[in-house]
Amino acid sequence: MPPKGRIEVNENRCKGCELCTDACPQDVISMAAERLNTKGYHPAELIEAGCTGCGICAIVCPEAAITVYREVSQRAASAEA
Amino acid sequence: MDTAQHELEQVVYQRPESLMEVDTHYCPGCTHGVAHRLVAEVLDEMQVRQRTIGVASVGCSVFAYNYFNTDFVQAPHGRAPAMATGIKRCLPDRIVFTYQGDGDMASIGMGEVVAAAARGENITVVFINNANYGMTGGQMAPTTLPGQKTTSSPNGRDVETQGFPMQAAELLATLEGTSYSVRRSLHDPKNVRMAKKALRTAFEVQARGMGFSIVELLSVCPTNWGMTPLQSLKWLEEAMIPFYPIGDYKVNPALAGLRF
Repeated sequence: MPPKGRIEVNENRCKGCELCTDACPQDVISMAAERLNTKGYHPAELIEAGCTGCGICAIVCPEAAITVYREVSQRAASAEA
Repeated sequence: MDTAQHELEQVVYQRPESLMEVDTHYCPGCTHGVAHRLVAEVLDEMQVRQRTIGVASVGCSVFAYNYFNTDFVQAPHGRAPAMATGIKRCLPDRIVFTYQGDGDMASIGMGEVVAAAARGENITVVFINNANYGMTGGQMAPTTLPGQKTTSSPNGRDVETQGFPMQAAELLATLEGTSYSVRRSLHDPKNVRMAKKALRTAFEVQARGMGFSIVELLSVCPTNWGMTPLQSLKWLEEAMIPFYPIGDYKVNPALAGLRF
């Protein structure tokens, strides 16, 4: 089972360049069609479950607007400790 | 697997501390932002943020002093390596880097960077090559590809009258004072990762006092190329990389055993 992750986008920093939507291997990032940020761009958002927390969107983001989280199973966490 | 096993969360990626919490003025999709972020990540990893001094150039990257959370100065057009030389010689315990575009370093500042490399100055140069003068409206730069249309070469660059592009990484690699001269690209996640590794190596070269290091980063300019950000990444890969091959042009043999 792949790991579960999520992203948080700093929406007002996003410029809607769509590099993250193209790079996402799971195709779960899209530009929010219904919403504009203060700059007037449609910001990127996570559209569905399936994010693995790989961080590729953050690697290509020119604005460093994406924070990536990945869940760790308790088993893995206790093995590390 | 029950849900209770998925309670803990780790941060995989967050904005580096060496970047200020401000918006940049760069156009959407401009890889200047990626290059800034990579430099900031490297400074964070090496824990040298508080003793780093950057030198900004003239061009789109002129406002780099607003974006890096380090000490920063801004040099006259093309003179960043000369300024960095002075700073590094006065304050040898600092990490000094210049952040220059191709209109700045490969054109008016070519003399400065060549002289700094020939002297083996212990500084790091981050060189952004996007094949035109971005800030002033996409004019032909020394790095413009043969046949490439720009606002000042509307019929495409004619090498008969306008000469051939500068290949800075290869050129500076020929100098004895250069310890590390490589070219990387920022067009896909794999290459961005490789670029970060090269930047780390370049800063480590300086931290070890091994002399001049330069990383040339192939970058996009969607606005002046007249493309969408995604089209411009593709153009970089298909048109620029054949002329500007990614590679290591000079690596000091003393770096061979180093692992970061």
